Amino acid sequence: MKLTSRKFDALIIGAGGGGLRAALQLAQGDASVAVVSKVFPTRSHTVAAQGGVNAALANVTEDNWHWHMFDTIKGSDYLGDQDAIEYMCRAASRVVYELEHSGVPFSRLESGKIYQRAFGGQSRNFGGEQATRTCAAADRTGHAILHSLYQQNIRAKTHFFDEYFAIDLIIDKQGYVLGAVVMEIESGEILVIEAKATLIATGGAGQIYRTTTNALINTGDGMAMALRANIPLQDMEFFQFHPTGIAGKGMLITEGVRGEGGYLVNADNERFMERYAPKAKDLASRDVVSRAISIEVREGRGCGPEKDHVMLKIDHLGSEVIKKRLPGIRDTSMTFLKIDPILNPIPVYPTAHYTMGGIPTNRYGQVVIPVRDTPEEAVPGLYAAGECACVSVHGANRLGGNSLLDILVFGRAAANHIIQFLAETRYHRPLEESCVEQALQRVARWDKKGSGESVNQIKDELKRVMEAHCGVFRVDDVLREGVKKVEALAIRLQDAVIKDHSKIFNTARIEAMELENLMDIAKATVVSAQARTESRGAHSRIDFTERDDKHWLKHSLYFIDGHLDYKPVRTKPITVESFPPKARIY
Amino acid sequence: MKFKIYRYNPEQGGKPGLQDFEIAAVQPGMMLLEALLKCKDQDESLTFRRSCGEGVCGSDAVNINGVNGLACITPLADLKEPVVIRPLPGRPIIRDLVVDLSGFYQQYRTIKPYLTLYEPEPEVEILQSPEERDQLDGLYECILCACCSTACPSFWWNPEKFLGPAALLQAWRFIADSRDQATDERLAALEGPYRVFRCHTIMNCVDVCPKGLNPTQAIGRIKMRMLKQSL
Ligand SMILES: Cc1cc2nc3c(=O)[nH]c(=O)nc-3n(C[C@H](O)[C@H](O)[C@H](O)COP(=O)(O)OP(=O)(O)OC[C@H]3O[C@@H](n4cnc5c(N)ncnc54)[C@H](O)[C@@H]3O)c2cc1C
Ligand code: SF4
Ligand code: SF4
Ligand code: FES
Repeated sequence: MKLTSRKFDALIIGAGGGGLRAALQLAQGDASVAVVSKVFPTRSHTVAAQGGVNAALANVTEDNWHWHMFDTIKGSDYLGDQDAIEYMCRAASRVVYELEHSGVPFSRLESGKIYQRAFGGQSRNFGGEQATRTCAAADRTGHAILHSLYQQNIRAKTHFFDEYFAIDLIIDKQGYVLGAVVMEIESGEILVIEAKATLIATGGAGQIYRTTTNALINTGDGMAMALRANIPLQDMEFFQFHPTGIAGKGMLITEGVRGEGGYLVNADNERFMERYAPKAKDLASRDVVSRAISIEVREGRGCGPEKDHVMLKIDHLGSEVIKKRLPGIRDTSMTFLKIDPILNPIPVYPTAHYTMGGIPTNRYGQVVIPVRDTPEEAVPGLYAAGECACVSVHGANRLGGNSLLDILVFGRAAANHIIQFLAETRYHRPLEESCVEQALQRVARWDKKGSGESVNQIKDELKRVMEAHCGVFRVDDVLREGVKKVEALAIRLQDAVIKDHSKIFNTARIEAMELENLMDIAKATVVSAQARTESRGAHSRIDFTERDDKHWLKHSLYFIDGHLDYKPVRTKPITVESFPPKARIY
Repeated sequence: MKFKIYRYNPEQGGKPGLQDFEIAAVQPGMMLLEALLKCKDQDESLTFRRSCGEGVCGSDAVNINGVNGLACITPLADLKEPVVIRPLPGRPIIRDLVVDLSGFYQQYRTIKPYLTLYEPEPEVEILQSPEERDQLDGLYECILCACCSTACPSFWWNPEKFLGPAALLQAWRFIADSRDQATDERLAALEGPYRVFRCHTIMNCVDVCPKGLNPTQAIGRIKMRMLKQSL
């Protein structure tokens, strides 16, 4: 079969904030760049981000990047790599100003400067008073950023492949990444995109859980593509549950609500966070707040007839603040709950939100894997950035407002490195047909006819299994059973069939391939979680309640065959002194 | 609950038509998108776009009982049965509820939807007062769902020449931005009898916008500015 092929200097898979920021940088560096996205760019899930992006601009309270760095390391429960964190926090102000210049309609202070609000886990002076570090465009910051980046890419004449689904990476025998095999969804045709450098920016995998703030498209495709290319996934046991998803439904109510002065109460109308985090209270780190809510509910102090959630109160903020600063969550609450938060509290419960783990990279965005004695050797021609990557700035727990920052900083850094790489790489490497075989087989597998289980049935079960076996609190026997159940589902998936075998805009086939990806990610998550016998950040074990720095101050690496390996945390920053692990109190 | 959903698959050659679906367990508070997903469970060849499920990505605009809207934020309780669901009107149909929006996106690109600065950028943010920033409220929130433009009669009749409400709303968004330095070019590019002036303030666009935005008002403001400019 002769395949159609296109050639670019660089290929970016994913048009969320990470992919678009990289594309912009590459276009400015005069590289020819193709951006592939399975949805029209502005439909990427970055659009849903609400609260804001962190940068120590000090527009409201005194601040500097070093304090931000400390907060991020503490937030990560010391699993974050300190060189990458220093890099990110130093770059933050610059990328936010760049965003502003590219058109982002940030809210404003009386001074005319960018509006900033308080968010969880932020402090002044290395653990002192609450800082005010999150730059916001009302509570639609992600929308504002994604649209502005897309707009600037229109100006830069970036080459977009909208509604193209990436199936697999192309790798030659020497281990060079040569691009990707993609499918045009509208026609069902396969296209080979050859590139000297490929950047994966495919976002998170929240769809492994039943109740999630993530969109239906967040199926971890890029992470699974990496796994299939024999690249391990790092720290997958660390999955963030956001404390305030709408109970039972999952839509996010931003932490910015608490940043503006909202707080949580239990059935006794008690402001219970004061017990769990006397100083930071409702603005403690997300893992801390999520655990507190789970405990309140477990101990019978939940609200509602089923006593299965807590309440988020903001009516005391007054209608003006709510309408001006939080119009989006007011809309969401009125649409999905018929509750106007100006008058009544919002029922909330911890909800699957963010994939801390992902494709291992260094701070230049290069994908790095262990090769013999070196723990981090770059895979030639392959980069990753954004939620699909693990650089790792979030470690065991991400701070709110740090992901938008991560995607921007490392999207940009990866592009800068690619520009350098392109300068040294004049020609495309020859592509042998055998390299695309795996991708073609993945598609052909779903041509199978006859009887079998449906994709949706298995997907539903997978999401329930993950929720029951790998949630906020974890314990060995439940995790072990979870591993077995996911493995059983993976075997059943091999015999599943789809009934729709047409070519044009066949979403059944796309969903089938997405489920294959989810399956691999779910397994990576639960296997890594079962193995880590300590509690750190978002990974809380009932049977191992303490952090164990002696044995576990290290990153997990999960391989496609199910085995695990580990590598050390980079505790040495670039220029400043290291922050050694300390007890984490908020 | 009963649904009649528009079906068309060019590969199967057959004529387009409405297919009946029925959903048993309708929970209170359920949205139309959940119902569509359940219909797809029954017949996985049913095709539509969707992503965020909360009205922010703009993927799932369809025509619901004759009115354009986003399936994910349309409560089933508000709908008369049988619920008739069709693709957005006036656009080429790719399959079932999926239409070709390339013309719509092209119009958006035409208005140069990006902040334009001619002076060197400062090292920090460009200052903007809260009042100046307020001018962008009701404009920047557009999610490009195309509900408005595909409900606009002027857009159906002159899709090549009239820019349509969504693109014009964005045109005004940049004219209204105190930071933008290309106002004159923007206004000049909108000259002519069609691009803006084909809007006859029929207000369909305002009625259907799921984000509560007001393209008609934005178009009115553009016309005013053009008038002022020409005096
Ligand atoms: C509701 C919500 C609110 C949030 N609020 C905040 C906040 O206030 N502050 C903050 O810092 N963070 C926030 N986050 C987190 C942050 O928004 C995300 O982590 C971040 O936007 C991810 O960006 P990304 O570019 O990595 O991926 P995404 O924006 O998810 O983009 C992924 C891209 O990859 C494409 N893609 C995926 N798979 C394929 C494939 N197989 N083929 C082709 N294309 C593919 C998609 O089409 C899409 O374009 C929030 C997250 C959620 C869910
Ligand atoms: S008001 Fe103008 S833009 Fe809106 S629907 Fe009517 S003609 Fe179209
Ligand atoms: S103006 Fe409203 S209806 Fe029109 S595209 Fe934007 S959000 Fe959709
Ligand atoms: S699915 Fe995103 S707007 Fe409806």
